[in-house]
Amino acid sequence: MMRFMLLFSRQGKLRLQKWYLATSDKERKKMVRELMQVVLARKPKMCSFLEWRDLKVVYKRYASLYFCCAIEGQDNELITLELIHRYVELLDKYFGSVCELDIIFNFEKAYFILDEFLMGGDVQDTSKKSVLKAIEQADLLQEVRAWDSEEEDKYRGGGCPPCPGHLACQPRLPPSRHQGGPPPCGVWPPQHPVGQLALKL
Amino acid sequence: MVVPSLKLQDLIEEIRGAKTQAQEREVIQKECAHIRASFRDGDPLHRHRQLAKLLYVHMLGYPAHFGQMECLKLIASPRFTDKRVGYLGAMLLLDERQDAHLLITNSIKNDLSQGIQAVQGLALCTLSTMGSAEMCRDLATEVEKLLLQPSSYVRKKAVLTAVHMIRKVPELSNIFLPPCAQLLHERHHGILLGTITLITELCERSPAALKHFRKVVPQLVKILRTLVTTGYSTEHSISGVSDPFLQVRILRLLRILGRNHEESSETMNDLLAQVATNTDTSRNAGSAVLFETVLTIMDIRSAPGLRVLAVNILGRFLLNNDKNIRYVALTSLLRMVQSDHSAVQRHRPTVVECLREPDASLSRRALELSLALVNSSNVRAMTQELQSFLESCPPDLRADCASGILLAAERFAPTKRWHIDTILRVLTTAGIYVRDDAVANLTQLIGGAQELHAYSVRRLYSALAEDISQQPLVQVAAWCIGEYGDLLLEGSCEETEPLQVEEEEVLALLEKVLQSHMSQPATRGYALTALMKLSTRLRGDSNRIRQVVSIYGSCLDVELQQRAVEYNTLFQKYDHMRAAILEKMPLVERGGSQVDGEAKESKEAQLSETALVSTEPQASKLLDLLDLLDGTSGDAQPPPPLDPSPGGALVHLLDLPGAPPPPPSIPNLRVFEREGLQLNLSFVRPSGTPALLLIMVTATNTSGADVTHFICQAAVPKSFQLQLQAPSGDTLPAQGGLPVTQLLRILNPNKAPLRLKLRLTYNHFGQSVQEIFEVNNLPVETWQ
Repeated sequence: MMRFMLLFSRQGKLRLQKWYLATSDKERKKMVRELMQVVLARKPKMCSFLEWRDLKVVYKRYASLYFCCAIEGQDNELITLELIHRYVELLDKYFGSVCELDIIFNFEKAYFILDEFLMGGDVQDTSKKSVLKAIEQADLLQEVRAWDSEEEDKYRGGGCPPCPGHLACQPRLPPSRHQGGPPPCGVWPPQHPVGQLALKL
Repeated sequence: MVVPSLKLQDLIEEIRGAKTQAQEREVIQKECAHIRASFRDGDPLHRHRQLAKLLYVHMLGYPAHFGQMECLKLIASPRFTDKRVGYLGAMLLLDERQDAHLLITNSIKNDLSQGIQAVQGLALCTLSTMGSAEMCRDLATEVEKLLLQPSSYVRKKAVLTAVHMIRKVPELSNIFLPPCAQLLHERHHGILLGTITLITELCERSPAALKHFRKVVPQLVKILRTLVTTGYSTEHSISGVSDPFLQVRILRLLRILGRNHEESSETMNDLLAQVATNTDTSRNAGSAVLFETVLTIMDIRSAPGLRVLAVNILGRFLLNNDKNIRYVALTSLLRMVQSDHSAVQRHRPTVVECLREPDASLSRRALELSLALVNSSNVRAMTQELQSFLESCPPDLRADCASGILLAAERFAPTKRWHIDTILRVLTTAGIYVRDDAVANLTQLIGGAQELHAYSVRRLYSALAEDISQQPLVQVAAWCIGEYGDLLLEGSCEETEPLQVEEEEVLALLEKVLQSHMSQPATRGYALTALMKLSTRLRGDSNRIRQVVSIYGSCLDVELQQRAVEYNTLFQKYDHMRAAILEKMPLVERGGSQVDGEAKESKEAQLSETALVSTEPQASKLLDLLDLLDGTSGDAQPPPPLDPSPGGALVHLLDLPGAPPPPPSIPNLRVFEREGLQLNLSFVRPSGTPALLLIMVTATNTSGADVTHFICQAAVPKSFQLQLQAPSGDTLPAQGGLPVTQLLRILNPNKAPLRLKLRLTYNHFGQSVQEIFEVNNLPVETWQ
């Protein structure tokens, strides 16, 4: 089974951590620090697998983000690579040409997407379409429920200025309905994104 | 007064804008105070936003435990937004160790039983991420019910939650085993995938479950076959491979079911062959499936043809451009090198190629595999490859490589000379990385190969002359030069280039080692002892050596000082014994590294033990001094200084612990008889030292009168060395009283015919008698 998944930047900033095995906070911090050090020390041409403690670590770098999974001895490393790639594709489809900033500003969405794809460290659904549909429906549910509450009106965010760099930017819902934040394309405030996640399809 | 709080994005923005760590901390502290206040005030509308901010801050590493209760409140709220964030918070902030976690159980239970799929999904997801054993026990039946729910969305999540529950509470297998049979008929890939994961988990934990599920093997085979042959659907395919995730899972389950089970394995054979040959491996997805197939083939009782196919697939992987695939190939080959050695051997050249990889994880794997593939037929070639690898590999691999080469050399060395050469090369290349016993092993090896003494000492001398920094090499070289220094100086050795070495050069080199700051104390010890030994090997005078030794008598290092002082004493007071003490070590038997250590110990003990023995009148003084030493035979007593059979003790000492065969017995000889006084000689040739002869002179008195003032002296030709030990006494009581014994030690390095003259003086019957005679009829075995 997968023990945990980490996303972190080249500077060693953690962007997402999902733990599938109960570990204490202190232990987690230690492991994260250690593993980040090991992975960041790897040269670009090296293979994506390494041994760390008693686990196998599969990592892949997409633009400025490292996607890192720790699996057990029995698990298949090559399929884990596919798993990572599938997650990136999901993010990409959801955010529309996802970049690191999207994941920073919408970290909770990144978690939600991960939770629709994996559960307990195992793949829930092998259909991209199905996973994206589920997230879409959950988002809708969030919106529908929000309309019920008058108070929400006050806290709706303003419209999203058209984002220059994202041709594929198609917010799932009209910007005016989106509560409390920038549109899914995530470029807000307008800043040059750190780097596009280059996807190898 | 509602203080407007930052929106999540604003907070993130502000934190990222902070220029220093201190500034960031300040921003966060301020905001956390806000959040805490908001929690206290209990503002339900914005709770989710506050918690979201808190979760972000938590990810940066700041404490967020005060948000735990808020998670619970949010989960209990009817709003979906709240639940979503609340459950996320629970997964991030709550774990088994917090007491609060049990409070969620009720909320989860409620959420599982109400009808909204998305909410059920959230609850199941949270349960499977952080559900503790107690929670799992409490909610097992709820999850079981959901396995039969109409919605496939919920069912697929319920199955994976069941997997987690079994991992936490294995007894729950009883609940989740029955539904599996029906779930296997699912068409939905997600549910199927979850079911197979569930079955895998059940089988891994219980042999009974394993047996139970063997009967679904045909069904699994059918599912996989369908996937591979007809199931091309764009929805689930990756790079032309149908649902690789599902294929890999099925293959893994088949592996577990087929292991050690002839029948199941047979059912799978065809399918595995089909998958192995039909899978498109141009992209990673196909390779992943193929890899899993290979693992399964190797683990079950597969047909031999299939196994060969598997190994060949791995061989092909080794040639792949993709580093990842090469890596998994090396790892798998390593796993099967024991069971399918010959098949893996065929790919040896490719494996050796992989040694040259710049990627450290790959070259490490290649190193392990290469070492496992060394056998007696390829040892020369492989060692060559490994040596060149050793020269260029990263430091963390050097130790493993060096010890691997040495081990392989030890197991498969074709000749002793090759073995010595190999070890020498390893020591020169990677001396500091070898294990401690390498020195001992090499000295033992050299010591035991008499024909190679000259060769070894020359090679080691040249190596040492070039470089004195590699400590193991220096130690061995010093030892060798000390032992075989004479071979170094005399003549030439046909196996190496002619090397003209002067005595002075040798001494200079050893002194250099002694003085160098790179030499460790142990190395210095070796060098000093070597110098000492050379004092007897070299023909020139030993003044230079005496000088060095006396200088080190005041060395700060205690070990060196002791040695120097002892050697000094040897020069000054026991010069006549020097040659005997420093003579060459006996040939070492290869009984393992223990032997060498003990041989060294016995040499040390021999050194101190022979110092105990003395023929001078100063014997008693010496013994008093050395009383302090722990004599191994406990022989130190006031005169008579030695027990009746000191020769026995010495012989025992000289025996190596490798239990050499007992020395062949030589017949005793009666050499003298006069008026009841008899002199017998008994001979012992200890097997470890061919040049040594021990003669025990026993004088017995059968006459009616005592013999007093009995002194026996001996003389031998010049080429021999003789040591007379103190007799056991000088009085022989009448009528067969206690005999007097005396030990003679004769060294005959040239194996010349032995001639012995004895001189006896004693008082008998009131007369003083003197007898001088030569011993005739000495058995040939005494000197041959």
